[in-house]
Amino acid sequence: MAQAYSAGLTVTKSIVLRKDRILPLKGKVLVKKGDKVKAEDLVAETKLPGKVVPFNMANKLGVQANMVTQFLKVKAGDEIKAGQVMAQTKGFFGFFKTGIKSPIDGEIESISKITGQMLLREPRIPVQVKAFLEGIVVEVIENEGVIIENKSAYVQGIFGIAGETTGEIMVLAKNGSEVIKASQVDESCKGKLIVTGAMVTLDVIRKCQEIGVNGIISGGVDDRDLKELLGYDIGVAITGHEDIGVTIVVTEGFGEIKMADATFDLLKEFDGKKASMHGKTQIRAGVMRPEIIIPIPFEGEKLVAEEAKMATLEIGSTIRVIREPNFGHIAKITGLPEKLTKVESETLVRILEAELSNGEKVILPRANVEVIEM
Amino acid sequence: MADTQNLRRIIATDCGSTTTKAILIEYVDGEYRQTVRGEAPTTVEQPLNDVTRGVVNAVTELQELAQLKYNDPTIKFTDGDTLFVGKENGIDAYVSTSSAGGGLQMMVTGVVAKMTGESAERAALGAGAIVMDLIASNDKRANYEKIERIRALRPDMILMAGGVDGGTTKHVAEMAELVGAADPKPRLGSSYKLPVIYAGNNKAVDAIEETLKAKTDLIITDNLRPTLERENLGPARDKIHDLFMEHVMAQAPGYNKLMSWAMGPVDGKMKQIPIMPTPAAVGNIMQTIARENDIEVLGVDIGGATTDVFSVFTEDKIFNRTVSANLGMSYSISNVLATAGLDNILRWVPFDIDESGLRNMIKNKMIRPTTIPQKFKELVLEQAIANEALRYAFIQHKEFAVSLKGGQKQREISDAFAQTSSGNSIVDMMTLDLLVGSGGVLSHAPRRNQTAMLLINAFLPEGVTRMAVDSIFMMPQLGVLAEISPKAATEVFEKDCLIYLGSCVAPVGKIKPGKIALSADIKLPNGKTFKEDIPFGEIRMIPLGVGETAKATLTPGRGLDLGVGKNQVLETELHGGVVGLILDTRGRRPFLLPVEASERVPLLLKWMKELQAYPEELLK
Repeated sequence: MAQAYSAGLTVTKSIVLRKDRILPLKGKVLVKKGDKVKAEDLVAETKLPGKVVPFNMANKLGVQANMVTQFLKVKAGDEIKAGQVMAQTKGFFGFFKTGIKSPIDGEIESISKITGQMLLREPRIPVQVKAFLEGIVVEVIENEGVIIENKSAYVQGIFGIAGETTGEIMVLAKNGSEVIKASQVDESCKGKLIVTGAMVTLDVIRKCQEIGVNGIISGGVDDRDLKELLGYDIGVAITGHEDIGVTIVVTEGFGEIKMADATFDLLKEFDGKKASMHGKTQIRAGVMRPEIIIPIPFEGEKLVAEEAKMATLEIGSTIRVIREPNFGHIAKITGLPEKLTKVESETLVRILEAELSNGEKVILPRANVEVIEM
Repeated sequence: MADTQNLRRIIATDCGSTTTKAILIEYVDGEYRQTVRGEAPTTVEQPLNDVTRGVVNAVTELQELAQLKYNDPTIKFTDGDTLFVGKENGIDAYVSTSSAGGGLQMMVTGVVAKMTGESAERAALGAGAIVMDLIASNDKRANYEKIERIRALRPDMILMAGGVDGGTTKHVAEMAELVGAADPKPRLGSSYKLPVIYAGNNKAVDAIEETLKAKTDLIITDNLRPTLERENLGPARDKIHDLFMEHVMAQAPGYNKLMSWAMGPVDGKMKQIPIMPTPAAVGNIMQTIARENDIEVLGVDIGGATTDVFSVFTEDKIFNRTVSANLGMSYSISNVLATAGLDNILRWVPFDIDESGLRNMIKNKMIRPTTIPQKFKELVLEQAIANEALRYAFIQHKEFAVSLKGGQKQREISDAFAQTSSGNSIVDMMTLDLLVGSGGVLSHAPRRNQTAMLLINAFLPEGVTRMAVDSIFMMPQLGVLAEISPKAATEVFEKDCLIYLGSCVAPVGKIKPGKIALSADIKLPNGKTFKEDIPFGEIRMIPLGVGETAKATLTPGRGLDLGVGKNQVLETELHGGVVGLILDTRGRRPFLLPVEASERVPLLLKWMKELQAYPEELLK
């Protein structure tokens, strides 16, 4: 076999992207097909059902569950206000009646004759979905959301923290190997998406939080710093929900790893341009990788999304080494021998021969590289 | 049932969360054998988002290898788009299991957590699900917390149990109200209603229907705990499998196509063969082994995301399965570190490594789960992590595999609300006959001796125990194959699936270091005799090949037990394997490792050398 399939992360100057922007529950779509939207524009909104508050009416009244309805002043579906009387005891010859009051504003969800329990629901919670991607609404999914399309420069990260944000790209590192210092982050970085080179340290992240930087794009991050920052160890890779005030996208991995030249050069080229990014990562069950999307203006031309394909390992392909030894190095494939080969750990694997950017010739398990798509 | 005439070439795949593994089974010279295998990355994620791509890639590899093997370029299993099932020179049947896309994720409810709750959990686990949470009337969470939890979970389906038939309906009705109030949405898409299976008190069916019928896709089945003394898990498990196919699989990317491919001859006609959740298929084959050979079996499958432990214990051959959802070697590797802690992992490592380096290595494996250790030290570290993942998964299994609680006691369910004591674990390492390991880190270990070492260190077998490994992890495929051809499945299982590692002999109890823990007199088939008084704290490895046996007289040290009573001599026949016999006098109940590295590291090195687990020059 002269080629093999390999997972890879996309880094490209121009790609046609389509993004679903869907509500968690059915609701109202606020834009129409053909509309041009900016990242901050609202495209759909809905109201999530409020929190449910169980209320044991039978206990409060001191009666059997099946008798509760006799005392009720409200029925299922009724709106209620906090303090409103929902049921009243019969009292003694009409005196000493006790009113049972609602603890919340909201509505009566249900009343059970079997358990004597009432379920009260707090008012609905509004949820809004923004466009996130600057582009054109190409499809409206009725009551659910929209699909937005645009042409972008695009970087897929390997791991991220925190949700969606936008801002201008600001490259602070001189090159992909540099590790910037906290002192380099100043007021001018506020609201920006900064590019930090091979690593972002805890000091830098803290400074970013203090100044109000919107996003950090880095080659690597140290796991100990991350634990310190979040206050817990990330067990399973499902991220994006962290509330830390700044979104982080890591392009290479954990530790100090030079940001690939292709990635760094692309970000440098778009220095000062507006971009959208998110740190949402999910490595199993519907894989999600963090993204940096830099919209490119386009006029009239018809956008054609490329058909999804799997990256292949071929002689001449540019690869990134994704495990020790030579982790993080960029290399070119020089050979793809078919025979299984024993590596130092005595594991029998399919290997490839490659030349690192420093000229060194190495053999690597095929599983330990990924193709960089340009 | 299919016969050998129309079932000569079968392809079975297992779509795992990381890799899709395909095997070719052929009817050659009057028997079924597994002939070639192929694998490819699973493709349920972007950009391909279609599980069948990975299947076609893996089958293409099979096809190329089969063409080479038989020097026959006309062999065609696939054209790169579809599989040639039931076509000339193609394949006669295609079957598949799946755990991709996170497998089957369920939430279960019961009234008393330790009784109906546990039975419901057993039913779901036995059906191959991951149980995201068990919610019970007496689980100490406030009702609003339960509602929030149910809403947040987004399972694939819910199994509700509670109450014995004819018993009180109040608690189970209340649970239905909580589920109804949470109005949970299915994990994959909001276009259909969440399936809810009710398998509780039959007297409460009306109340359950009234509460849940409008909001969910409610299915009523037989009570899984009709009386306190009896579990009836079959009907609920069957319903789970039906729904898995209809709802969960149908929602996952590409699965409709995959389901249409999975077919084979049943009673002379081509029929669709349901895709089975991987763990359910493994459970199938494990129970078959235990029944057919009348033995107690403990099996483990350590995957990228989860570790499953299966056991068949007691004379009644009671089957239990547990899933440690977040203990695995790739996606969940970081959670092994969070669960076990750094010190527990490093106690198996005979060299220094800094914390920061190890942490970053683990996280990098998590985000790039398909990489493999090229360097020796990385292999040792991965195996140390595996050791802890296996150990924790086994602890969880022992806690779960217990005798039925609440039975044979004349009391009402409401009395049992207060019960805190639990049933006894039926897992008895002393009576265990066979320990089977599978999953990448065990099946693909560069040396089988490493697999034996991991199994012994993690499970601590007692007395005499045979050990085996599922060489290329084909138990899932064989489990689903058994559905159309038990003959093909059992033949391949016996001839190609299990590789016997050998037997472990371990006296139970603790004595002082230096004292004799085991006097072994073993007559080997080559005419030689192994005879030694082995002190406490040692390991010996004696070569004894696959299919060979040796007569042994084993005398435990004073106060120690080999399964026939303290100080009692055991006369037995020991079975060999690719590793051989391992005599382990390091102690059981307790097994202790020195805390101080200066004491522990020399011991680890000594044991690793004796077991020939790693190249000796690299251990220096």
